[in-house]
Amino acid sequence: MMETISNVIGFLPALIKATPLTLLLTAVAGVFGLVIGTLVALARLSGRRVLSVPAYVFTFAFRGTPLLVQIYLIYYGLGQVLPGTWVRHSFLWPYLRDGLWYAIFALSLNQASYNAEVIRGAIKAIPRGQIEAAKSIGMRSSMILRRITLPQAFRSCLPVLTGDLIILLKTTSLASTITVLEVMGTARILQRQSLLTFEPLIAAGIIYFTVVFILTRIVGVAEKRLTRYRTAKA
Amino acid sequence: MVASALSVKNIHKSFGSVEVLKGVSFEAKSGDVISLIGSSGSGKSTLLRCINYLETPDEGEISVSGEVIRTVKGKDGKFHAVDRRQLEHIRTRLGMVFQSFNLWSHKTILENIIEGPIHVLGMTKKDAIGEAELLMEKVGITPKRDHYPNQLSGGQQQRAAIARALAMKPEVMLFDEPTSALDPELVNEVLLVIKKLAEEGRTMVMVTHEMSLARDISTEVIFLHKGLVEERGAPSEMMRDPQSARLRQFLQMA
Ligand SMILES: Nc1ncnc2c1ncn2[C@@H]1O[C@H](COP(=O)(O)OP(=O)(O)O)[C@@H](O)[C@H]1O
Ligand SMILES: [Mg+2]
Repeated sequence: MMETISNVIGFLPALIKATPLTLLLTAVAGVFGLVIGTLVALARLSGRRVLSVPAYVFTFAFRGTPLLVQIYLIYYGLGQVLPGTWVRHSFLWPYLRDGLWYAIFALSLNQASYNAEVIRGAIKAIPRGQIEAAKSIGMRSSMILRRITLPQAFRSCLPVLTGDLIILLKTTSLASTITVLEVMGTARILQRQSLLTFEPLIAAGIIYFTVVFILTRIVGVAEKRLTRYRTAKA
Repeated sequence: MVASALSVKNIHKSFGSVEVLKGVSFEAKSGDVISLIGSSGSGKSTLLRCINYLETPDEGEISVSGEVIRTVKGKDGKFHAVDRRQLEHIRTRLGMVFQSFNLWSHKTILENIIEGPIHVLGMTKKDAIGEAELLMEKVGITPKRDHYPNQLSGGQQQRAAIARALAMKPEVMLFDEPTSALDPELVNEVLLVIKKLAEEGRTMVMVTHEMSLARDISTEVIFLHKGLVEERGAPSEMMRDPQSARLRQFLQMA
């Protein structure tokens, strides 16, 4: 028992060193997911079929298939295609061979597909009268979007978006399947080196748990501030 | 000749196959208060919303101080505003107050009021706040300045919405049943604000079912029935001596 504990503790430093990469994956895919997700939501609500149909197909495809399948398809699929193109000879190539980029790409699109549905729902739920009030004072539609629609939509679906961000943090562990050495990838290396099965996993679990705990707290404070308008008492 | 503050000419509007407005015209000179009355479904709200093009009329013409909202006939045979910028500019000159207040729920009362002056009219924040403070004083919601709409009673929200509309310094105010979503005990505080505006000589068009308000402050009352003006005139005479059977019936029920 004591030995297990000391082994777990022994693995922590290596995993802590890998934590920034996990956070980076989360942050980058989180931001891209939000931006792309918002654009996809707007495309679906645009009422123009050239935009709404592709947006629908995108969300349907990415929400309807396992992320691991998407990661493999993007990693091996693009990995096959790209070397045949100009990219092979460009200065970007050394970087593009790295699994990290494919992981970011897959995680971002997957996150975007979930965010898009949430944001679309939140936009649709905004009372029409508030939009009409904005029109009636002469706001142009881009300004209404920027100052009324989106701020309110984001606030109202914030709990879901942040919940999805925390799920994303844990999901980044799938990047380890395409050689990315974030927390989970590092844990797998430690398993191989130490020939111990459980201890590296327990140590990784502790790291994920701690990060999720801290992130949840931070997000909770932000949520409280931003949704005061709904919770404030008279 | 002085152009009227608001001119509404021959407005037609259909929803699907239902013709809701069948050619309605009226004019408001500066300082006029025009009350639109009529039973539910007679097209009052639609007419009011056609004035600032929240609904686009199928036919007819709106002008504000002589400036006509330019339209063009689209492929579907219906009119569209040709020039978004012109329409947006004319909308800044028409203040609208809705039945359901429609304050922006993620903004405080002060933020609701200064939003348009800052972002549409381009005022500085300092000036906008200065004017908003006067308006909040005027409608009596100063203590609520940093509250969110959901913290206010209906009457307070409607007074804030009036202040928001006034902050744009509109030439004409449009009211769509401003008290009909309110609990009875809150109606009066809003009516008092509207009366005050009438006394100041503001040009206003209001849809209302408050007959006493219409009688007290209107320069003209227009009775709509099934999308047409059934009767119009000075308020006291119309209410004392309605000409049409329909208006007589309507007034008895009101
Ligand atoms: N956006 C709309 N789509 C379809 N029908 C509408 C719409 N707005 C109003 N109507 C119909 O037009 C008629 C007149 O409505 P409205 O102008 O709201 O009447 P009022 O304000 O006098 O009660 C009603 O029969 C209503 O159902
Ligand atoms: Mg109505």
